[in-house]
Amino acid sequence: MAVSASTTPSSTTVMNNVEAVRATLYDAMKSDDRTVILGEDVGARGNVFLITKDFIREFGPERVIDTPIAEASIVGIAIGMAMEGLRPIAEIQFADFIYPAFNQIVGEAAKTRYRSNGEYTCPLVIRTPYGGGVRGALSHSVSVEALFYHVPGLKIVAPAFPADVKGLLNAAIDDPDPVLFLEHKKTYRLIKGEVPDGHYTIPIGKANVIKEGTQLSVVSYGLYVHWALEAANELEKDGISVEVIDLRSIRPMDKGTILSSVAKTRKLLIVHEDNKFGGIGAEISAMVAEEALFNLDAPIRRLCAPDVPAMGYALPLEEEYMSSPAEMAQAMRELARF
Amino acid sequence: MATTITMPQLGETVTEGTVAQWLKKPGDAVEKYEAFVEVSTDKVNAEVPSPVTGTIRELLVKEGETVATGTAIAVIDDVGAATESAPAPAPAASHEPAKASAPDAHPAQGASHNGAAAAHASANGADLEAALRKASPAVRKLAREHQVDIRALAGSGANGRVTAEDVLTAARMGPAAAVGQAISVGTNFAATGAPAHAPSAPPPSGTSTYSQPIPGTVIPLNQARRIIAERMVESKHTAPHAWSMVEVDVTNLWKWRMREKDRFERETGYKLTLLPFFIRAVVESLGAFPLMNARFTPEGIYVNKEINVGIAIGLATNLVVPVVRDAEKLSIKGLATAAGALIDRARRGKLGVDDLAGGTFTVNNNGANGSWASAPIINGGQAGIVTMETVVKKPVVRDDDAIAIRHMMNSCLSLDHRVVDGFVASGFLADLKKRLEAMGPDGNL
Repeated sequence: MAVSASTTPSSTTVMNNVEAVRATLYDAMKSDDRTVILGEDVGARGNVFLITKDFIREFGPERVIDTPIAEASIVGIAIGMAMEGLRPIAEIQFADFIYPAFNQIVGEAAKTRYRSNGEYTCPLVIRTPYGGGVRGALSHSVSVEALFYHVPGLKIVAPAFPADVKGLLNAAIDDPDPVLFLEHKKTYRLIKGEVPDGHYTIPIGKANVIKEGTQLSVVSYGLYVHWALEAANELEKDGISVEVIDLRSIRPMDKGTILSSVAKTRKLLIVHEDNKFGGIGAEISAMVAEEALFNLDAPIRRLCAPDVPAMGYALPLEEEYMSSPAEMAQAMRELARF
Repeated sequence: MATTITMPQLGETVTEGTVAQWLKKPGDAVEKYEAFVEVSTDKVNAEVPSPVTGTIRELLVKEGETVATGTAIAVIDDVGAATESAPAPAPAASHEPAKASAPDAHPAQGASHNGAAAAHASANGADLEAALRKASPAVRKLAREHQVDIRALAGSGANGRVTAEDVLTAARMGPAAAVGQAISVGTNFAATGAPAHAPSAPPPSGTSTYSQPIPGTVIPLNQARRIIAERMVESKHTAPHAWSMVEVDVTNLWKWRMREKDRFERETGYKLTLLPFFIRAVVESLGAFPLMNARFTPEGIYVNKEINVGIAIGLATNLVVPVVRDAEKLSIKGLATAAGALIDRARRGKLGVDDLAGGTFTVNNNGANGSWASAPIINGGQAGIVTMETVVKKPVVRDDDAIAIRHMMNSCLSLDHRVVDGFVASGFLADLKKRLEAMGPDGNL
């Protein structure tokens, strides 16, 4: 599995995404007393994925706080902590449960700096596992990024590789404004990679060209980056050269990387797990149509989830909702042939 | 009874017409007054209505062919004749003899006409349309940049689509791939001025100083471009052009227009530009110098009694020069509305033949694009053309040695030296300058 990091490490450790999150959180707790973790089951239970296992023993219940099942309160309390000088890392156990906190995130956190004319900032990280393909059914599968990417004042990050998880989570913790940190749960243990040792950051808002190609550009984020890469490598055997871009950050979006790739390949495929209508792909499409129409040699294509209310539990329903490397390869072939 | 249709005379001075497109084919039914052929003459396309109701028997002239007015172009069998000579040949015809029932039959018949006409029209443009429909923005842009004719390319994309890569490949390969069909229409620019319609061979490549032809493609000449080319060559070859320029202080004229323009637009619906003021001044100067409103003929200098001022209008596709007739009889306001209407029609492609005929002198309001001086080509059969260049504010030393900021404009004149000499021409220009400088806010629109 490819390693993706902007630094050239002197030494690395192989870990999966969940280990990368755990290691980064541990370092943050260790290095800065202001760091506080709060959320459902983050303390005694050590998080449902065991990300914060034993943290409460080392850092104590005042810095690793088990909260009630009340997402609005989790984020609301974290906003107050952030405004008063702490560096809270709030956890929403599953992105599916973030809705009660919507007002706190959109109405409060994202607007704090603006509303106070810069007097207050809100250095808050909201971590949450998202995404499907794990038989999670209606309440453990959603992608929530499109609900938040419309909101100025909020940064949204969705890394795919362990090295990016660490670099971007560090950047999110350092960031003076709220960052929604999305962790695709299917990649948690599936994706392993070398992670540089020591503290480093990867700038939020920078995409990564993880495979260079000449015939079409594929833009994705999260789990689908891995599938798109798999499909692109498959097509390489047939002489079809596909460039794969891992967005890493959803907002701010790295327009420059997308536009220069499209200028080279003249064809664009966007794949994401979230629904098509009004999704991240819609914004990318509009941006490319506005700024690079005369570089396009084919209609922009989006491969996304159908507009159904949720991912079903039954395997055929889940498979129907999710894309696959084969489906992506097919879309790439069609676009290359166009 | 058969009716022979001849090439109509579309305008007083028109002597020939080109069949641009047949809207009907032999066997098609045609109604009286229904357009059945599109004829193009100098810069104007017109649909020609059928004088009778009947069936097209024969088309005598091919599309693209130019014939003299009065030449037979088609034969139509009248309705009466068809039923007499061929008793009930087809079910459709059985409705025809009873005149009273004809209106009922017409809708269906009309529908089939239109269908046929539409099919015919689309068949003609089908290749181009298909090519353009499939051409992506990138292909269009690259084709423009590399001057590649995408219609000439075999596409490698899905369903034969021309891809950006195809265009780049064609550009790399040079003109050989695309030029085969290119120069199919040649133009004879010989001194006769008569257009040659027979296809001519491409220019011999041996004339080039380069061993390899420079890559490029040929855009076929359309009617307007061909005529402009002929006219320009003819004028430059036959009329020895001389040129002069004066600088005009239009400060007061500028103020006058600024004061009047909003009210004028409110009252008439036309924008008040500087053009009608220019035309007015030119008309007055032509009145004072009738030799500038003349043309050269072997028999002598023909001095026109009317002053008909052509105004040059640049359209995206080509230049048109519609004519303000009897301009000497119009006030500035009258000139503004007459010119406004012509410009409006020009932009909508609705100029008639008579709009373009009969000019005796031409004014080119060239300054709108920032031009500071230009050497225009005389419109054939006229003694001169005058341009009004861009108006710029400049420091000017006045008669009392004071320096003032004034609105200054150059006016350029090209004249046919066969008709007049520099003495008359400079007198005319000086007179024009005086009249323009005398125009100001106390004048009458």
